[in-house]
Amino acid sequence: MPLNYIFPEFEVVRNADQCVACRACERQCANEVHHYSEEYGRMIADNSKCVDCQRCVTICPTHALKIVKSDNTFRENGNWSAQTIKEIYRQADSGGALLSSMGNPQNYPVYWDKILINASQVTNPSIDPLREPMETRVFLGKKPSTITRDENGELVTKRPPRLELSVPIMFSAMSYGSISYNAHASLARAAKELGIYYNTGEGGLHEDFYCYGPNTIVQVASGRFGVHKDYLNAGAGIEIKIGQGAKPGIGGHLPGKKVNEDVSHTRMIPMGSDAISPAPHHDIYSIEDLRQLIYSLKEATAYQKPVIVKIAAVHNVAAIASGIARSGADIIAIDGYRGGTGAAPTRIRDNVGIPIELALAAVDARLREEGIRNEVSIVVGGSIRSSADVVKAIALGADACYIASSALMALGCHLCRSCQEGKCNWGIATQRPDLVKRLNPNVGSKRLVNLITAWRHEIMEMMGGMGINSIEVLKGNRMMLRGIGLNEKELEILGIKHAGE
Amino acid sequence: MKRIYVNEDWCLGCHLCEYYCTFANSGLESMAYALKGKPLSPRIQVEEEGEIHFAVSCRHCDNPVCVKSCITGALSVEDNVIHCDTNKCVGCYTCIMACPYGCIMPATSGVIQKCELCTNNAHQKPLCVQGCPNEAIVFEER
Amino acid sequence: MRREGENGYRIPAGCAISGIFDRTGEKINGWEIVKSIAVMHDRSNGLGGGFAGYGIYPQYKDYYAFHIFYDSLDAKHECEMFLERHFDIADLSKIPVRKNKNITDEPMIWRYFVIPLQSKLVESQLEEENFTRRCVLHINDKIKGANVFSSGKNMGCFKAIGFPEDVGDFFRLEEYEGYCWTAHGRYPTNTPGWWGGAHPFDILGMSVVHNGEISSYDANRNYMESAGYKCTLLTDTEVIAYMFDYLIRQKQLTLQEAANVVAAPFWQTIAAMPEKEREKNIYLRDVFSSLLITGPFSILLGYEGGLMALNDRLKLRSLVVGEKGNRTYIASEECAIRAICPDVDKIWAPKGGQPVILSLDQQA
Repeated sequence: MPLNYIFPEFEVVRNADQCVACRACERQCANEVHHYSEEYGRMIADNSKCVDCQRCVTICPTHALKIVKSDNTFRENGNWSAQTIKEIYRQADSGGALLSSMGNPQNYPVYWDKILINASQVTNPSIDPLREPMETRVFLGKKPSTITRDENGELVTKRPPRLELSVPIMFSAMSYGSISYNAHASLARAAKELGIYYNTGEGGLHEDFYCYGPNTIVQVASGRFGVHKDYLNAGAGIEIKIGQGAKPGIGGHLPGKKVNEDVSHTRMIPMGSDAISPAPHHDIYSIEDLRQLIYSLKEATAYQKPVIVKIAAVHNVAAIASGIARSGADIIAIDGYRGGTGAAPTRIRDNVGIPIELALAAVDARLREEGIRNEVSIVVGGSIRSSADVVKAIALGADACYIASSALMALGCHLCRSCQEGKCNWGIATQRPDLVKRLNPNVGSKRLVNLITAWRHEIMEMMGGMGINSIEVLKGNRMMLRGIGLNEKELEILGIKHAGE
Repeated sequence: MKRIYVNEDWCLGCHLCEYYCTFANSGLESMAYALKGKPLSPRIQVEEEGEIHFAVSCRHCDNPVCVKSCITGALSVEDNVIHCDTNKCVGCYTCIMACPYGCIMPATSGVIQKCELCTNNAHQKPLCVQGCPNEAIVFEER
Repeated sequence: MRREGENGYRIPAGCAISGIFDRTGEKINGWEIVKSIAVMHDRSNGLGGGFAGYGIYPQYKDYYAFHIFYDSLDAKHECEMFLERHFDIADLSKIPVRKNKNITDEPMIWRYFVIPLQSKLVESQLEEENFTRRCVLHINDKIKGANVFSSGKNMGCFKAIGFPEDVGDFFRLEEYEGYCWTAHGRYPTNTPGWWGGAHPFDILGMSVVHNGEISSYDANRNYMESAGYKCTLLTDTEVIAYMFDYLIRQKQLTLQEAANVVAAPFWQTIAAMPEKEREKNIYLRDVFSSLLITGPFSILLGYEGGLMALNDRLKLRSLVVGEKGNRTYIASEECAIRAICPDVDKIWAPKGGQPVILSLDQQA
C-alpha cells in the first residue's frame, strides 16, 4: 500500500464507562467509522474515515462520544500552514483539482462582526415589540415610477409583479439533486407556513412540490435543468442564476451518483449522468443578452412573475448591478464569497469574489446615486448567520436576505463540508434512500419555522430598540450602524461612521 | 386516547428505542449503569428486513385477546392501558402466543413484560418516543 | 463650532409647536402666535425659535419671497450674482429687525421677491416651480455662507437662535398679518451655532415645524436624495419638508394620501379596511415604503391656502387642536391655545397618524 501522507484530521473519543455498545453510532455512520468488535466486545473506530459531521455524537444515548481535532502536528510555519501542506499531499496523490463544499472558510474579515447597531436613549423612545405593533412585512419588486389616477381621480393601484414576505428572509437556491427530497420538502413547507419563499436552485421542481408554488422561486441557470413552461409558471418568481458566491465564474457540477431516477426525471437528464452546468449562460455573453432572457421569461409567464437576477459579489459588482437594474430585472440577488455550495473547486471558493457587506453597500449606493434604486429590490446572501446580520444587511440597504447554510444547519447540517460525497449522515446532501429518510420533513420544517420565528423576534427587539416599528425604514438607514475597528476606506465603502462618531 | 404509533417511513432502524425502553424500565438513574454489560430486554422491538424498519410495541387494543387469554387474571385494562400484575403472572406465556402483534415477551424474571406506556415507571411519558431521533415513534391521539 | 449637516453632524432635538389658521382668510396679527408659543417656554431651551406666516406679502403675492441668511459679504455677493442670472428681482431689502439682548451673532438677513427669468426657464425645460426649487437647492448646497430659509409665495419664515418669544420680538412680527401662522421652539440636545438650523424649514412655501426625533431619518433621506433633493442640514424638519414637497407637488398625492404614506396605518389596520381603501393603502405603503416616518413626531405643515397637522402613528408626541369660530388652533400643549383663545369652543387631541387638514374656504 502506498504511503498516505495525510494523518486523520479528527479523532473519535469514546468514554468506555459510558458506552453501552448499542451500536447506534455504527448504524448511523455512512462513512463507516464505527464498528462493533465481537472479538474485543466493544466499539472501535476508524478515525481516517471521520468527517466530523457529529451525527454519532448527537445520536449517542449516553453521550459517550466526542470528536476532537487531532493534535498531530506538521512542521508548520507562517507560510506553510497545515492546510496548505495537506492540500499539496492530496494533489500529489490524486493529480486533480481540489474540491470543497460550503462557503469560503478562510480567515478574511467578517464585516458583520465589525458593525454595531444603535438604540434609542431619552431623545426618542424605544418601542416594545411585546406591547406595540412591530412590522416586518416587505414587498420585493419594482416600484412604479409614475402615479396614475382613473377618471374619478382615484389612484390606480395596480403594481408591477412582486413578492410579499412576512419577514425579509428567504431560503436561498439549493437544487433538488444537491440536496434531498426531504430537505426540499422541509424548506417548501416551512416557506409556506412562514409566508416567505424557498428557491428550487437549478435542479427543477419535483412534481410533488408544485403545490408549494406560491412560496417557490424557480431558478433558471446556465444548464437549464428542469426548465419548461409549467415549471416557470409554477413559481411565484423566477430567478436567473448568473453566478454564485462560492464559485463565481463557474457552473455547478452534480456528480452522477446523486442523479437517481427522481432527480433525473426532475432535471430532465439521463440517470447517473453528471449534471454539469456551463460557466456562463451560452445565450448571455453581454448585458443586452440578459435583457432578452429576462423578457423571454416574462413573455413565457405573461408578465405575472417578478424576475430575479442572481450574481456573485465580484469586484465590479456595483456597475454590474446597475446594468441589471436597467435590463428589466425586478430584483437583484447578490451572493457574497462566504456563500455555501454543495461542491466547488477549493481554489475558487477560497480566492474569488468579495464580501457581501461591501458589495451590498456599494450596489445600494450606486443605484441611489443613479436614481434607479426603486427600479429593483436587492436581496443579499452569503453568509447571513443570525438575525443581527439580517438587521445590519437591511440597514446597509438590502430589501431582504437569502439564507441557505443557516437553513441547512437548522435541518441538522454540521458543516462537515463533505456534501460532494453524497453520504450526508443528516439526510440533507444525499440521495441515498436510507440516508434521505433520516430527515423527517415534519421535524425539518418545524425546525426551520422555529429558526425564522426566533430571528423575527430578535429582529423586532432590535428594531424596537432603535425606535423603528416598521422594517421598511430600517432599509438603508445606515445612521443606525457604526463600524468598529475599520479603516477610513472600509467605513467609506460601507457608508457608515465609526463607533464614537 | 393517546397511543404509541410508529411511522415506518421515518424509522431508521437505529434501535435506540429498545435501549431507551430497557433503561426506562430498569429503575436506574443512569443509562450507562442500566445497560452496560447487561442483556437488553426492551418492551419495544424493531422489526426489520432490508431497508424496512419499524418498531413494534403493545397496541393497547380496544378488545385485547391477551387479556382474554390470561389464565390468572394478571392482565387487565386500566384507564385503557393493558397492565400486567407481575405478582399474579405465573409465566404460562399464553398471552405471548395469543398476541397477534408479537408485543409481549418473557422477562428475565420468568414472568412476562409488555409496554405499559411508561405509566409503570418513573418516566411517566413513553421514553422511546422522547428518544426517537426522527419522530418515527409518536405518542398521540388518533 | 460645527454646523449641523457639516461632515454628517446631526443634532437631535425636542420641541414645542403651535399654529393658528383662519379659514375665512381673515388676517391674524403675528404677535398672537408669539404669545401662544411663549407659554411653552420650558419646551425650548433658547437654542432656536421660528415662525412661518402665510398671506403676509399680498403686495408681491405672485413672487417667490426668498429670505436668505448670509455669513459674509462674499456669500451675499455670490448669491446675488446667482439670483440676478436666474431671476427677475422685483424688490430686495434687509428684513427689518429690532435689537433684542437675547438675540446675538445675527447673520445678514435679506429678503428678495423674485420670479424666474423667462429665458432661463425655456433654456432649462423646467416649469417655474421645479426651476425655482433647483435654484434654492443649488444655493443652499453650493454657495457657502448663503442659506435660503424661506422661498414660498406670499409667505415667509422668520427664525433665529433664541427663545421663540425673543425671536418674534427681534423680527418685529407684530408688523405682519396673515391667515395662518406656525411657530416653533427648539430644544436641541447639542449646541447648534447656526441660525439655518432653527425651524420652520421651508421649501417653496411648504414649511414644516416639527417636534420629535424620527428614527427613520436616514432611510427617508436616502430616498429623497435619490429623488434629487440634497439634505444639507441633516435635520428631521428638512427631510420632512422635502418629503411633503415631493409627495404633494411632484407625485401629486392628496394631503390625506401623503399623510397615509408618512404615518401609514399599521398592516393590521389596513387588513380590516374595505377593499378599495385597503388596496389604496397597500399601494401607498408599498410604493413609498421608504417615506414612512417612524419614531415620535408631531408636525405642522404649512402651505399656500392650508395647514395640516399630523402625529406619528403611535402618538408619541403631544398635539392638541382647539376650535373657535373660523379659527383653528393647534399646539403641543393646551395652554398654548388657551393663552390666546381662553374660551375655545371645542378642544381635542387627534389620534396618531390621523391628519388634521385645514384649508381656506374660498379654495375648498
